Amino acid sequence: MAVCIAVIAKENYPLYIRSVPTQNELKFHYTVHTSLDVVEEKISAVGKALGDQRELYLGLLYPTEDYKVYGYVTNSKVKFVIVVDSSNTSLRDNEIRSMFRKLHNSFTDVMCNPFHNPGDPIQSKAFDGIVSGMMVQTG
Amino acid sequence: MAGSQWELPPELCCRPMAFVALTGLDVVYNAVHRAIWDAFCANRRADRVPISFKVLPGDHEYPKCRTKRTSYEWYIPKGILKTSWMNKHLNLVPALVVLFYELDWDDPQWKEKQSECATKVEIVRTSLQGRNTKVAVVLIQKKTPLPPGEDLVASERASALCNACDLSGKSLFVLPHTDHLVGYIIRLENAFYEHAQTYYYTEIRRVKSHKEFLNKTTHQLLFVRHQFKIAFFIWISSTNAWLLSYFVFVFVFFLFRYYKTAYSLVHELRAHETNMLEIKTMAGFINYKICRLCFQHNTPLDAIAQFRKHIDLCKKKIGSAELAFEHAAWMSKQFQSFGELFDEAIKLGLTAIQTQNPGFYYQQAACYSQDRKQLAQQLWQAGVSYPSPDPLDTQSTGLDFYGQRPWRQGHQKFSGVCILHKHLFFLKSLQELIIALLSNAVAQFKKYKCPRMKSHLMVQMGEEYYHAKDYTKAVKLLDYVMCDYRTERWWALLSAILSTALRCAYLMASVKDYIIYCMELQGRASTLKEEQKSRIEKNLMKVLLNEIPDPEPECDPSSVAAARLLWSDRMALVGSNEFTIEVQDYIPFIQCKAKFQSPSFHVDQPIQLQVLLKADCPHPVPFSKLAISLSNQEYNQWCVLESTGQDSMILSPGKTKCYNFNFVAKTEDVGKKIEVRGVFLMLGSDRGRCVFLSWRGAGGDAASTHEALQASRSSWRWVRGLEANQEPHWDSVSMQHSTMIISRVPKISVELNHQPPALCNEMYCLRLTVQSQEEGVAKDVRLTAGLKPGQDANLSQTTHVTLDGSVVCDDTAAALLPDIPLGDLKPGEKLEKCVYVKCVSTGLRVLLFHVAYSISTTVEGQHIICKCHKDETVAIETVVPFEVSVKFVSTKFEPLDRVAVDIPFLLMTDILSSSPWPLLLASSSLQLLTMTNDVLKSSVLQTGESASECFCLRCPPLTNSNNTVPTGQYLVSWRRQLSCSDAPLIHTTVTLPHVILESVPLYIYADLPSFGRVRESLPVRYHIENRTALVQEVEMAVEPSDAFMFSGLKQVRVRILPGSEQQMLYNYYPLMAGYQTLPQLSINLPRCSTTNAHSLRRFLPQRIFVKPQGRQLDDASIAAA
Repeated sequence: MAVCIAVIAKENYPLYIRSVPTQNELKFHYTVHTSLDVVEEKISAVGKALGDQRELYLGLLYPTEDYKVYGYVTNSKVKFVIVVDSSNTSLRDNEIRSMFRKLHNSFTDVMCNPFHNPGDPIQSKAFDGIVSGMMVQTG
Repeated sequence: MAGSQWELPPELCCRPMAFVALTGLDVVYNAVHRAIWDAFCANRRADRVPISFKVLPGDHEYPKCRTKRTSYEWYIPKGILKTSWMNKHLNLVPALVVLFYELDWDDPQWKEKQSECATKVEIVRTSLQGRNTKVAVVLIQKKTPLPPGEDLVASERASALCNACDLSGKSLFVLPHTDHLVGYIIRLENAFYEHAQTYYYTEIRRVKSHKEFLNKTTHQLLFVRHQFKIAFFIWISSTNAWLLSYFVFVFVFFLFRYYKTAYSLVHELRAHETNMLEIKTMAGFINYKICRLCFQHNTPLDAIAQFRKHIDLCKKKIGSAELAFEHAAWMSKQFQSFGELFDEAIKLGLTAIQTQNPGFYYQQAACYSQDRKQLAQQLWQAGVSYPSPDPLDTQSTGLDFYGQRPWRQGHQKFSGVCILHKHLFFLKSLQELIIALLSNAVAQFKKYKCPRMKSHLMVQMGEEYYHAKDYTKAVKLLDYVMCDYRTERWWALLSAILSTALRCAYLMASVKDYIIYCMELQGRASTLKEEQKSRIEKNLMKVLLNEIPDPEPECDPSSVAAARLLWSDRMALVGSNEFTIEVQDYIPFIQCKAKFQSPSFHVDQPIQLQVLLKADCPHPVPFSKLAISLSNQEYNQWCVLESTGQDSMILSPGKTKCYNFNFVAKTEDVGKKIEVRGVFLMLGSDRGRCVFLSWRGAGGDAASTHEALQASRSSWRWVRGLEANQEPHWDSVSMQHSTMIISRVPKISVELNHQPPALCNEMYCLRLTVQSQEEGVAKDVRLTAGLKPGQDANLSQTTHVTLDGSVVCDDTAAALLPDIPLGDLKPGEKLEKCVYVKCVSTGLRVLLFHVAYSISTTVEGQHIICKCHKDETVAIETVVPFEVSVKFVSTKFEPLDRVAVDIPFLLMTDILSSSPWPLLLASSSLQLLTMTNDVLKSSVLQTGESASECFCLRCPPLTNSNNTVPTGQYLVSWRRQLSCSDAPLIHTTVTLPHVILESVPLYIYADLPSFGRVRESLPVRYHIENRTALVQEVEMAVEPSDAFMFSGLKQVRVRILPGSEQQMLYNYYPLMAGYQTLPQLSINLPRCSTTNAHSLRRFLPQRIFVKPQGRQLDDASIAAA
């Protein structure tokens, strides 16, 4: 289960960030922000090779001492980042993938809302619910 | 210092070499010995065997060998590895001792020397008591030795010497001191190396043999020690290839032992704690060695995997909570040394990637160092005090074992406090260490394209500088990265960085920075809570009143006190109370947008400029002045808003305030743009401190572009539009930073009357009618007429404009007539003007008629004189009025391709009108080279009609040999029939074509009536002229014809003198009516073969019309007809 889930706009500003241990929110912001380096690098590398038939799931972006950071990029270049605790070894790649897929579906629903302005921060209860379901439950 | 115990010992980092001691060499006084020693030392490149040599005196004392233990039963080891052990085996205990001795095989005192040598060997053996060190003897000889086997004396004496010294034959060497010294030395070296290896193998076997005495419960440490020693000996004596695998093995073995030890000692906590440090130290050493070897063997992935395994195993082994900081320091050191190893490998050609580069290790090292600092500070705050006497004083004597605490041997007392205090003493240098690690990491991440990681690390560096109280550097670093976070719109991170920067600015009492950070922290991009914003705003207000702001929370109380002093110094300072802050690149708490109400204004309208201001801070903001700087400074005076007296202007939070400015443009600025160069808002007052917020251009800041884009995309904007309240929606207000001043709308009508198309070369008349609809007098009306500039360059050469239509203008007339004064126009008055255009070439032309005038008018009470103008353009096609065609025909109207000299021919001209308008041909004339002939008189040609003329010409005899001659010109004078009678005539000249002349030797022509009558005599007289200078003989014959009878000479031969003519008279008598072919006259010139009868015949009529015979009665009437 994730400790931080973020949605990043095409222009690399955050649309949504939620992390579990709320006291160290800033650290997760930094983690997500720095992971964009790798995301950008991966996108540009893939873009050259395959054109539009690319895999949305980017896999493990980079491991830190404490966390593993996974990335996912939609076709409209919106990025999803999931941060998982390093000690949580039970999570498999497939589970991460399915988390991203669920997140993407929910994000699509948000975008389908005619009253949502794409590019504005996400303030959807349904999306919040999906994210909460994927987060580590504390206390 | 606490970190130093994990500094890798130099013995571990260097390349270990077999140690060989040389004795018996006097390198100071003996030149030969010196040369030998130099040959050993100099040029020790990688291709030579790894030996370190040392010259020692013959009676050198080697480290004593402890008596060998026969049983380990009662032995409890005190530690894993002694600190002196590696050094001992690298530098103190030799693998081989070589005795150099000068002795030739044929030495006269052989016996004596042999026994002296044996004695020296014995001394060396004694001093090596108990060691397995080998001994070898080298005889330095002056003579080159004979090949082996030939010198019988030598072999005999060698074996004798070996016996005397108790040496094997392999340990005796001969070094002839000759030219090839280096070659001999290298061979010696290799032999020494073999001996040394044998020694180390023996040592390995010896260490291994201890194993069987060991006891698994008490001798855990010895297992490790022995394995390490074995690895170390292998390392010295062997190539790298299988060393690596051995070290990996040792590591696994070691960790295995380590776990067992840890578990078995878990009950004795103290012993466990002490052991922990030692184990970690040794683990670090071994891990370092393995990683280094992996990198050397170009298997970086193995190195990384090894390091990860190491870290994962040791990470959780913190030990007691009090010593957590020590563990952090150790971890930091592990990461740092691995980062350095990695970096070194990259310098030697390894390629790293974005997600796996030394930067991560440096960063992690810094991270652990930060943890260490934090942990130490916590302990410090917990009030742990330093014991006395200082137990660390014993450290000067050095430690026996790696990774043990100095007091362990002495007072068995455990305390982390000692180390803590030592550590706190070095807190400053710890900060330097963290910063150095971070900047290493920054350099790496920069190299591997991780700009965001780099920014993050720079933030950390900035914070570290803040903790180190180096606020200037902190602010510099934070400022540098702030704009990255701002452009990427990570507000939470930006706010956090700004908060740190604000604290720095407060502690430095840097007023301007303080104001800037305050402004941005109150702004809409700040994620601070409302009460924090409110506190910051109060502080800002204090600064504006030149008071000391309240300290930022989380600041060190002692620093706050220092900062207060600094602030009060600042307050006292006079003069530095005005700041201008360029807010464009920030996101300040006041937003500004300026807009001209229209993209263009007529000069007779007032220009309307609107400035919108909005405050995002929690409390109302008063301001004292609003000024706008425009591209033309003269207008600035109209765009200033200043508070009068006490009451200042207030911006309420979240509300948009709108300020309107009107001013009148200057007439000189017509056609120019007025731009907003900047908007200035003054906060504070002259009494306290004033701050000018300055927006470049028409306002907006670092975030407003994106907001405007979002607003334009928003589906809510229609709804907002419908609300239509008094307050405009901020984001959807767009800026209009410039406006164009355009001239006043002219109130005149300009009409053009003309009859297109224009005819080539004619004076084409365009009648211009200007009528004023102005209420006042239009003064100084001027007309510019002519070809519109910017067309084909040739057109300006072929177009001429004039006002005088009475004469045809010449080429000097310009294509554009500028500024023709037309005088004044009263209201309603009408003015006419004719402009004539002469187009020399055909094609389309655009003509421009520009009527300009000035009129005085009043705007907003100001009296201004406006210039107005109206443009009319007209496109005119020019066509050719008529085509002139010319042809030459013979008198028989047969087309001529050449003309005979002095023989009449006809010139026919045709004028075909292609003008849509009737043309009046006033006259035409033929201008031959010799004479002029006027013919045509006024006739009118409609479209498609043509006028033809016929001239009979005769070419004078040739004066030169040239056989083509120009004929002359045909001149037509014409004009449009409809144009007024005083319009000038246009003279069009057509150059007639050249004719080809030929001279004929004989000319013949006939005199005959125009018609004949059946059965009536028809007299025909042929004239034959000789045109040559010779007498011509002519044979003539008349051929019979069915239609005629004739009388005359049927066949004759005559001679014609030059220039004279001969006449021949025939009487023809027609027999049939109608067109009849005349009897053929055949002429032959026997003397002039060039001219044949045929060419002469063309001069003669071929046929004649014969009328039928009339009735006798009506003879008279027929004759009359």
